[in-house]
Amino acid sequence: MTTATRSPLAAVGSALVRDGSGPTAPGRSVKTPVMPRVAAMLVMAVFTVYFLLPIWWLLVAATKTRGDVLSTSPLWFADLNIVENVRDVLTYRNGLFGQWMANSALYAGVGALVATLLAAMCGYALAKYRFRGREAIFNIVLGGVLVPATALALPLFLLFSRVNLTDTYWAVLLPSVVSPFGVYLARIYAAASVPDELIEAARLDGAGEVRTFFGISSRLMTPALVTVFLFQFVAIWNNFFLPLIMLRDERKFPVTFGLYQWNTQLNQIPELNTYVLVGALLSIIPLIVAFLALQRFWRGGLGAGSVK
Amino acid sequence: MQHRTRRGATALLSTTVLVALAACSSGGSGSGSGDGGADAAACEPSEGSVELSFTSWIPGIETAVDAWNAENPDIQVTVQTGPNGNGGTYQNFFNQLKAGNAPDLGQIEYDALPNFRVQDGLADLSACADVVAAQDQFVDWTWGQVTLGDESSVWALPQDSGPMAMFYRADLFEANGIPIPTTWDEYAAAAEQVRAAGGYITNFSTADVNQLAGFVWQADGQWFSNDADGWDVTLTSDESEKVADYWQGLLDDDLVSTVPAWTTEWDNAYNTGQAWTWVSAVWGANSIASGAPDTAGKWAVAPMPQWEAGDTAAGNWGGSSTAVFKGSDHLYEATKFALWLNTSEEALTILNEEANIYPATKDGLSLPVLQEGVEFYGGQAIYDVFAEASGQVSPDFVWGPTMTQVYNDVSDGLKLAATGQGTVPDALAAAQTKTVDALKAQSIPVQE
Repeated sequence: MTTATRSPLAAVGSALVRDGSGPTAPGRSVKTPVMPRVAAMLVMAVFTVYFLLPIWWLLVAATKTRGDVLSTSPLWFADLNIVENVRDVLTYRNGLFGQWMANSALYAGVGALVATLLAAMCGYALAKYRFRGREAIFNIVLGGVLVPATALALPLFLLFSRVNLTDTYWAVLLPSVVSPFGVYLARIYAAASVPDELIEAARLDGAGEVRTFFGISSRLMTPALVTVFLFQFVAIWNNFFLPLIMLRDERKFPVTFGLYQWNTQLNQIPELNTYVLVGALLSIIPLIVAFLALQRFWRGGLGAGSVK
Repeated sequence: MQHRTRRGATALLSTTVLVALAACSSGGSGSGSGDGGADAAACEPSEGSVELSFTSWIPGIETAVDAWNAENPDIQVTVQTGPNGNGGTYQNFFNQLKAGNAPDLGQIEYDALPNFRVQDGLADLSACADVVAAQDQFVDWTWGQVTLGDESSVWALPQDSGPMAMFYRADLFEANGIPIPTTWDEYAAAAEQVRAAGGYITNFSTADVNQLAGFVWQADGQWFSNDADGWDVTLTSDESEKVADYWQGLLDDDLVSTVPAWTTEWDNAYNTGQAWTWVSAVWGANSIASGAPDTAGKWAVAPMPQWEAGDTAAGNWGGSSTAVFKGSDHLYEATKFALWLNTSEEALTILNEEANIYPATKDGLSLPVLQEGVEFYGGQAIYDVFAEASGQVSPDFVWGPTMTQVYNDVSDGLKLAATGQGTVPDALAAAQTKTVDALKAQSIPVQE
């Protein structure tokens, strides 16, 4: 029994290690001709510049005074004004921007956490329990992947209006905790990485189903769960349409919607121009951090989902 | 002031179409819409204290509302906010009306009012004696904007206005010895001299159909009218054609630039002296000051060029109203607040300081803050020009119920005109046909 428990855990562990450094090693050992390699590098370099250029522009623009944004070269620095700019954004209207960032962190953090938990339990159940209608349920959930969130926003608004929950934190949080794609990924991954024998063994040892799930299965599914978490985190962070329809009180806005609102008020308050730029820069930092920190899990999980 | 986000609004609109489709498929559940307020004709004070909700995207509106709340403990107003009207708030209003939880009051631009009226979303304020009595306080033409051509009803209270005048580079005109144009003929003549001096007299915006509407408005033209027989669409009226032909002439001779409006490139054209004039609304004063900071002190403001020498007519571009939504249980209190917000010197001063709102009342035009010289315009008391223009705007101009569609269709045509693939009159002719079709598609009666 101990051997049975050890091997899958070890496999996952080594998979994590491999993900960090493994894939590059075989590539290096194979000799590829020079021309294709240069061509490949060139294509990658072009795309890197293409993708990074807007971010570079944003970074440069955020350091400038409002006048300099218009009158100086858009791709190089003028007088560095970033400290004042950031301070202005953070203090404008009693720290409204900070509130928005906190709201986004709440919506995306809590939403993604709960979504991951639900997806894990649901996917695990669909993978490991046999019951009538299992495939039907799974297919319906899979159908949910195809429905864009935007299309659901208005029906959700009408539903939430019925129960007087519009313009509350719940209005954004509740729809965010379901992730059909997460269920799909969790099921695929649970089927592949949690052996039936292991669950059987846990049952024989007297562990309940809940304890088996949290104690053993969920740990085996960790790479997939991190992927689900990241996906959902980014999806909620970038979700714009739902808050637009649901929220009226600007103290409850997430940062994306808040910046959009500022952007539509440029006519009346021109200094918002700088605030929108600096705010946009600040708002992508958490996403960059999340990606860098969880990158290797992300790749591991995606790969697992696609191959198995 | 929706012009700045036109393209964003269009993108958003296409998504809302999707949403609307989705809503249809889930339909049948909307039985709750519009209950209450069916017979809200009475305008009576409510018992006890009242809480009102008010949606507006004016930055700093809370300051004015806080002042009201401090003075009126029995009528407390809560501010709800969002992006500007076409940026999403109008769609939200329609959603809320459908869900039966619309706010009591909302900000609606003049050109969107007919749409809300056609969808039966507005309460008729004429039941309130105070509102009817307040008519004389407002600039005449703004009252026409909120009665929608039917004197017996009042669908909102005017909040701000955008009378038009001509911003021009006083220094460049002087240095090149070009007289300041007072008629459109002189404007065209000046355009040639400006072109010879290496600039453009102005930029022709393909996105700001409201501006073109303002020109037609000045020429005493109409795009819509509405009577018992339905809507009459007249985008191709004689006055409208005259304005279109005029601008087509300037485009043909390469006398106006066609930089996309409200972009950095456009700001830059003004900032670097490539564009010499802008015939725009009062709020344009800030757009230039923020977009062209290097030209401070070099601008001045003169009345709009006229079609006939000696005429005094002005157009209008932009402006909002405060409406009460159908379903509000507190019509009396809501109009009381709306009247205070839009007529009291206290509120108008706050709104002007916070968001440069240009009042729609006669007294508001002489607010102390609007008497001062403006540094950016060489110390000229520019608001005097706009106050005069405000009195010269025709009261007869009516907006149609599908302005978003009209703007998009005219704008599409203007883009073709700007690239030489079409003409401005063509743009209006095409939009005329599409507008009639759009009204029919929504079962809105049209005269032909």
